[in-house]
Amino acid sequence: MPASVGWVWLVVLLPLLGFLANGAISFIKPDAKGAVSAIGVGVLAAAFGVSVAVVSGLAGAAHDAPFIVTLWEWMPVGAFHIDLAFQVDQLSAVMLLVITGVGTLIHIFSTGYMSEDPSYPRYFAYLNLFIFFMLILVLGSSFPVMFIGWEGVGLCSYLLIGFWFSEKANADAGKKAFIMNRIGDFGFLIAMFMIFGATGSLSFVEVFEAAPATLALGGTTVTLITLALFLGCTGKSAQIPLYTWLPDAMAGPTPVSALIHAATMVTAGVYLVARSNILFALAPISSTVVAGIGGLTALFAATIAMKQWDIKKVLAYSTVSQLGFMFVGVGVGAYAAGVFHLVTHAFFKALLFLGAGSVIHALHHAYHHTGSHEDAQDMRNMGGLKKFMPWTAGVMWIATLAIAGIPGFSGFFSKDEILAQAFARGHDVPFFYVVWGMGAVAALMTAFYMTRMMIYTFHGPNRTGEKEGSHLHEVSWVMTGPLVILAIGSLFGGFLNLPAVLPGAGWLHHWLEPITEGSAAFVGEVHLAHNTEWILLGLATVIAVVGILGAYRLLKPQNLVPAKDATPETGMQKVLLNKYYVDEIYDAVVVKPLMWLSRAILWKTVDEKAIDGAAVNGSANITRFAGWFGTRFQTGRVGTYVFFFVVGALVLLRTMVR
Amino acid sequence: MTLPLFWVFGGIAILSGFMCITRRSPVASALWLIQTMFSLAGIYVLLDAQFIAVIQVLVYAGAIMVIFLFVIMLLNLGRTKTTDMVGRPGQITSLVLGTLMTLELFVLNKVIPAEQFRLPEGTMATMTDEMGAVGMIAEPLFRGYIVPFEITSVLLLAAVVGAVVLAKRKI
Amino acid sequence: MLLGPSLIVSAVLFSLGVAGVLLRRNAIIIFMCVELMLNAVNLSFIAFAQQLGPEGHVIVFFVMAVAAAEAAVGLAIIISIYRFKETVNLQNINLLKG
Repeated sequence: MPASVGWVWLVVLLPLLGFLANGAISFIKPDAKGAVSAIGVGVLAAAFGVSVAVVSGLAGAAHDAPFIVTLWEWMPVGAFHIDLAFQVDQLSAVMLLVITGVGTLIHIFSTGYMSEDPSYPRYFAYLNLFIFFMLILVLGSSFPVMFIGWEGVGLCSYLLIGFWFSEKANADAGKKAFIMNRIGDFGFLIAMFMIFGATGSLSFVEVFEAAPATLALGGTTVTLITLALFLGCTGKSAQIPLYTWLPDAMAGPTPVSALIHAATMVTAGVYLVARSNILFALAPISSTVVAGIGGLTALFAATIAMKQWDIKKVLAYSTVSQLGFMFVGVGVGAYAAGVFHLVTHAFFKALLFLGAGSVIHALHHAYHHTGSHEDAQDMRNMGGLKKFMPWTAGVMWIATLAIAGIPGFSGFFSKDEILAQAFARGHDVPFFYVVWGMGAVAALMTAFYMTRMMIYTFHGPNRTGEKEGSHLHEVSWVMTGPLVILAIGSLFGGFLNLPAVLPGAGWLHHWLEPITEGSAAFVGEVHLAHNTEWILLGLATVIAVVGILGAYRLLKPQNLVPAKDATPETGMQKVLLNKYYVDEIYDAVVVKPLMWLSRAILWKTVDEKAIDGAAVNGSANITRFAGWFGTRFQTGRVGTYVFFFVVGALVLLRTMVR
Repeated sequence: MTLPLFWVFGGIAILSGFMCITRRSPVASALWLIQTMFSLAGIYVLLDAQFIAVIQVLVYAGAIMVIFLFVIMLLNLGRTKTTDMVGRPGQITSLVLGTLMTLELFVLNKVIPAEQFRLPEGTMATMTDEMGAVGMIAEPLFRGYIVPFEITSVLLLAAVVGAVVLAKRKI
Repeated sequence: MLLGPSLIVSAVLFSLGVAGVLLRRNAIIIFMCVELMLNAVNLSFIAFAQQLGPEGHVIVFFVMAVAAAEAAVGLAIIISIYRFKETVNLQNINLLKG
């Protein structure tokens, strides 16, 4: 093991120390913003530095990976024992760099975005804690250790969504995220139990080594395990049917949305599938389900995103949609492609969220100046912002072109690879053609709604208001700086893994080969003919261009009116604006019956009648009756007592002399 | 010779006991009880317990029963007009329970101490001759039972204090 | 061998004491019945002691001490009850009833 890899625990420890320090400051001296910023950003930057050292150490000795860094023995139970250990290999290295790298940028951005918040130390404490758990998630060398991180990031997500908990809607959104995630976590736990039952171990190395021998290809056990794992993924990564928490999670601060609900935590599900690729490769049915759900989610969320007015909601549904793409990738068996999209998405979606954050920050600032209470997130209140915020507009256009899939930008390569792989594997599984079709339509919509967002936000006339307009200006450099760095990433991230037809192709693919080689035996390597690949690349380009130009042609930003003057939507538009009423349907189908069951059956009947009535009051009544019966003998006269005393003595004597 | 004598004393004891519980006047009851105790003292002598017999007369019949009579006279209960006996159902109950008790206690009659614990016939009489009636009881009392004996003094002290506290009007 | 007859007399006297407690309402007489029962038990002890050694006499000695203490305290209680209630008839004394 290279010496630097052994230092991986430091990467995890640093954010934890940051959390403890910032948490302490939030109690002791909440206005010490300088110290908080230094600690919060400092530990992340240091963690990124150590991560780079770890990964370079790994790169020097890649053929010996995975390296297991054991800290201590966690659960020794008979022959079964789990170590608290970190696994450093090619996949966790990628995640390590993304999390600490993007995390550092978002921390820097937060120092500007949150600068006026009274709970500044608490915010950074949570953010550091999140990074700590996220690192445990991706570094854990076994399912249980990963589960610590899995639960921990859920906790931090809850804490940060409900960061401004004084408003009930925010607290409710946090709760919703938590409960939705619990449903998924249930699946994760079941999967862990079944994996242990099938292979007798929970550490990644042992499980994946034993899996091909102990689990039959396409067998029931492995199918159930992977479906249960995927249930966990749908919760954490916001896929149908558990996606509804993510749009609501936009209640948190915008950098949180960028970090947790775009770049890192929500991709944990993709990471889990990529990590367990051998299991999924052994279960073709589950893989098809993953790809199908991914494609459906991509399409479904994209349609909703087309009609949202809240800039963060657009990005939230866009995130759900892009996560769908990633699941298509890992579902069809192109694990490297899924991880590739994860990486590029981390760049451009973080950039988009942070850009939206600076727009919101600017608008909020302007409204704050004039004392107006307009919605600073509604795109109908924006428009024409590019002349006020040229830097933000510029970098966000880069990100938009990346996510839309314009050639040369990162999103083009990653999305194209996923779709190409889906198309290629359609030869074996015809259903993947359908998935490819859904993905292609979703890609078209993506280009459309992202352009719509950009047009409404940065182009056309300004609708913020006359007084407010004079207060609009570009945000400070601590916020634009990270944007520029992320823009560079969005521009060139695609060169990590160029298509096979281009020179220097597939670098990330080769890098991840040690991870995916176990599954390659089952899902195989698929190579498209060069002609087909060129055609698909061209088609992807056409889709992106059509989407963008279509949006330019169809949308008329000059006709928009500010949110307070807008007329309500009708017909299909209203359905889309209300997100297909999925929340209402869930409410009617799940929440209401559950409430009824809890209220009428469990509360009124079981609790009040059976437990309170029969068990609690019943036993009290029996005791009271026994007491009342006893008092009949307590006449207070000695004669009565003597009588019973003598009778008792006689009975005792009788039994003794027998 | 001893057995008829025993039954004379025993008969008197039982008869006096019966009279004790049936007399209306407390003074009469007390006197009948004293009679029972004297008879028991006689039986104790027949059972080779001369010292206890003397104590019985001195402490029980002499001291304790005198306190009873004192209290009866102090409270002026000597001449009662109405009986304090319970009614007919109570009398029947007493009779039934008393009879049952007697019948059940008759099983004591069957109790014969195991052979290995039993002293040879006449041992107590011999011991009395050798050690004297007081010496025979003093030997175990001041050796094996010295602690309970000392504790008894504490009990009596507590009783004295308690009696004073209870009976005094103002402390 | 006076053990058997002694025990019979003891049993009868004890039962008389019990019957007396049930029969009478005068607290002092009930007290005397208790003394009667104690005497019956003493008789048993003495009867057994004749065969088992002088320890029985020691026990009787203690019983007498306890009886003396009991008489002192019990009669003091009766006196204070009498002062309070002007009677020693247990039918009129039901302080035990809460």
